[in-house]
Amino acid sequence: MRPALLLRLATVLGFVVLLEILCRLGVIPNFTMIPPTTMALGLYRLLISGALLPDLETTLSGVAIAVTAAILIGFLAGALLHAVPRLRRALDPFFASYYAVPVWAFYPLFIVLFGLNDIPKVIIGFLYAVVAMIVNTLNGLDRVPPVLRKMARTHQMGRGATVLFIILPSAAPHIFTGVKLAIAYAFIGVVGSEFILASAGIGYQISFAYNNFDNVILYSLILFIILFVSTVNLFLYSWERSILQRRGGR
Amino acid sequence: MEEPRTPQVVLRNVTRIYERGAAGPVHALGPLDLDLPKGEFFSVVGPSGCGKSTLLEVIAGLAEASDGTVSFEGKAIAGQVPEGVGVVFQEDSTLAWLTVWDNIAFGLRRRGAMPGEIKRRVDDVVRLMGLGDFARAYPAQLSGGMRQRVCIARTLVLEPRLILLDEPFGALDQQTRLLMGDEVLKLWRETGATVFLITHALDEAAMLSDRVGVMSARPGRFLEIVETGWPRERDSRIAAHEDFGRLTSHLWSLLRDESLKALGYRTAAA
Repeated sequence: MRPALLLRLATVLGFVVLLEILCRLGVIPNFTMIPPTTMALGLYRLLISGALLPDLETTLSGVAIAVTAAILIGFLAGALLHAVPRLRRALDPFFASYYAVPVWAFYPLFIVLFGLNDIPKVIIGFLYAVVAMIVNTLNGLDRVPPVLRKMARTHQMGRGATVLFIILPSAAPHIFTGVKLAIAYAFIGVVGSEFILASAGIGYQISFAYNNFDNVILYSLILFIILFVSTVNLFLYSWERSILQRRGGR
Repeated sequence: MEEPRTPQVVLRNVTRIYERGAAGPVHALGPLDLDLPKGEFFSVVGPSGCGKSTLLEVIAGLAEASDGTVSFEGKAIAGQVPEGVGVVFQEDSTLAWLTVWDNIAFGLRRRGAMPGEIKRRVDDVVRLMGLGDFARAYPAQLSGGMRQRVCIARTLVLEPRLILLDEPFGALDQQTRLLMGDEVLKLWRETGATVFLITHALDEAAMLSDRVGVMSARPGRFLEIVETGWPRERDSRIAAHEDFGRLTSHLWSLLRDESLKALGYRTAAA
């Protein structure tokens, strides 16, 4: 095992052990936080009882729709903006300041427009994710070396073949970063929206447990969210690393 | 033998003008004429910005001449790269996501060659270019010289009848350039292809070529086309030949004033 990975694991483990000790000794009151082992046990019970499944399904389906739409629309919008520089110049300032706008502020408006259902939170997840995808698609397409386009022409490749066999593989690492960020942002958007005003979902259940002082459920669900999102991100990170390693970081 | 002197590439009155809006049009090239006989090694030297690469792109069909005609084997080239023409660029054009072997096979696959034929031809070229130990490596794992070899191999595997080299050794150190020059000469003899080389190195042009075209500052025209008179069987050791110094001196005497012009000096003052 590499030293950096060992250090990372030791840091996390050390923090968990410290938290466990502080909670067990009563330095941190159980009313504020429960020991990590109790969180893990609570999560285990929740998972095997199956009580979490409907909410998990609600959240994951919302995230899946938001991510899919953000990837498709973000990629197409990025490609369009790359092809029309004038449009890109006009929209660039919006992208630069986009994440300064709290999209959740529009949640009431979306509820008025679409009703109290899953659509507003999916839209918020989508709005959080789509710009990351657009910006990274643009980055990727900008970084395709011009010589590769010339090389494609010397191989008598048409526009479609050039896009498929040269431009997309060349831009892939940046597009992949866009996908990775889109997934993370969609999670933030969807779960965050469930906190505010929803009738189901992991975010809603965390909020419900918080309002009812049910610390075991509250922290078990927080642990679940952390573990789930970290696992997804670790998987994407290692996939991205293997792609970049082959390319020598190019 | 009459056949080797048949012009394979013919340029007549070729001119290239870039329309650049506010700055006004830029007359980059020509008018110039050139006949390239089949199987010749022809190099072009000239000051920076004289239109050498533009000339190569016009011959390759990557750019269109504003005026004049270019033909390859009797057929006009007009903005499309003809079959039988291979180009190696100065910049690294390896495909980072493919292994060396797959990079070389890329063009054959795009042309729909059968797997057996691809394997045979790629293996042959890999052996010829001395890339056997690196066939499964990715370009990022190779040096600049090795990557350029991959680009040459990817061109050679398509068995082009005209090979256009745009300063392919520009980014390499002097020793590697000399050795790569030897390899190109060997490949030129073995394939019988016509080679058109753009270079900024006078010694490289003098060493490799049958003829060297010396271009003027922009708009680029041929000041003189110099015959080297070297035998076909030659390598970098030709640099020790008594005529080599005379040849490079002559090339430099032609180029010096033009290079000063390109740098913005008045030639009379120089």
